[in-house]
Amino acid sequence: MSLIMEQMPIVLHALNIGFLQTLKLFLVTLLGAIPLGLIISLGSMTKFKPLQLLSRFVVWVVRGTPLMIQLLIIYYFPGLVLHNPIWGGGEDGRFLAASIAFIINYACYFSEIYRGGIQGIPIGQDEAGLVLGMTRSQIFFKVKLLQMVKRIVPPMSNEIITLIKDTSLARIIALQELIWAGQAFLKGSNGISGAIWPMFFTAIYYLVFTGVLTFLLGKLEKKLDYFR
Amino acid sequence: MSILKVENLEKHFGSTQVLKDISFDMDEGQALAIIGSSGSGKTTLLRCLNFLETPSAGRIYVRDEKIFDSADMGSQREKDIRKKRLHFGMVFQNFNLFPQYTALENVMLAGQLLAKERDDFKQNKKQIFADLETEARALLEKMNLTERADHYPHQLSGGQQQRVAIARALALHPDILCFDEPTSALDPELTGEVLKVIRELAEQNMTMVIVTHEMAFARDVADQILFMDGGLIVEQGDAADVINNPKTERLQAFLSRLSDT
Repeated sequence: MSLIMEQMPIVLHALNIGFLQTLKLFLVTLLGAIPLGLIISLGSMTKFKPLQLLSRFVVWVVRGTPLMIQLLIIYYFPGLVLHNPIWGGGEDGRFLAASIAFIINYACYFSEIYRGGIQGIPIGQDEAGLVLGMTRSQIFFKVKLLQMVKRIVPPMSNEIITLIKDTSLARIIALQELIWAGQAFLKGSNGISGAIWPMFFTAIYYLVFTGVLTFLLGKLEKKLDYFR
Repeated sequence: MSILKVENLEKHFGSTQVLKDISFDMDEGQALAIIGSSGSGKTTLLRCLNFLETPSAGRIYVRDEKIFDSADMGSQREKDIRKKRLHFGMVFQNFNLFPQYTALENVMLAGQLLAKERDDFKQNKKQIFADLETEARALLEKMNLTERADHYPHQLSGGQQQRVAIARALALHPDILCFDEPTSALDPELTGEVLKVIRELAEQNMTMVIVTHEMAFARDVADQILFMDGGLIVEQGDAADVINNPKTERLQAFLSRLSDT
């Protein structure tokens, strides 16, 4: 026990660095996937058949295969198969590859949530706006947008919580995120080796992070409770 | 001068024809009730007047101004339609209030958005919005909803919601107010309060087109009745006359079916 207390400052320092990378991947994924998801959802709802089929095909493939495989393909495929290692060998390259894999994957999940939110608004809302002389964009922004947001907040919250934990998958391409940082003490790092507890300790980081976000998203959901 | 004239209106959905050669006109201040069984085309007719459906053929005039002509679809751009729609107000069966706005905001919203297109909007914004609010509150008072102005739709009963919807339609000063089965989604004990405000509007000579299943109401409130069946106007005329002395077998059968239930 006293050994753990001795090692604690070193471990926490390393885990904090790993957590920063986790946090960065989380934020970049949200920033990219929230708008990309909207584009994909519009694609999957368009009346232009080829685009609609393409969008739905992409969503099917991405949602139907493990994110870990997608990470491996995006990271290794250019170098191993095309002999063009576009990501380079460094941490920045790994981060970029991981970000792209996560953004595409999460955009597909988000797009389905948006689609449900958009299609769930009764047609009567459009019609009421139209007969009141509103333009299509006024109907979207003044009438429907907030109703959509209200509908998608609960399922989006679930996905966002899942994303926090999914970032650990980036370990598979050696991105130096939280799990990687904990695992390093198993092999040996900063004079500590054979220590397995730092890896278990990372769970507390995830737990606190998901706890904070669950609380914040719950607040947002409450804020939209004033109408039905 | 007739306020509304419909000539040879037709509507096809694919290969089904739901409106066949519909022609009628009405005078300002009249109430016209449209009756008929479901699927007779009465709601489609109302939706054509509000440009929620595009007729396949025919013409529509408001105060002798041609607002729709199937032979001249070039003038049916989104922007033009938006202005022409404002001749008509529409009250839906399911109210279709905007859930995130209070009763008062529901009544004011469209007026506020339209005001932005006025040239003097920037200078007089405060005054314009204050006037809109005064008028909206007066309309809610007319609907006996003074105390409900700041309630959200889900906090209101169906009858109250429908009265907010009527106030919302009136706020834009339509020439003709259309009702699409305004009491069909209501519990029986709530229909009375909605019928009462429609009756009051008729007494104030609001021009109205009312699609309804309430025969007694149609007979008492409407000046004219159209009976539709299979996409056709089968009978039309003075309200009491049409209900009390049906001339066609189809209307007789329709009325007796209603009195059975």
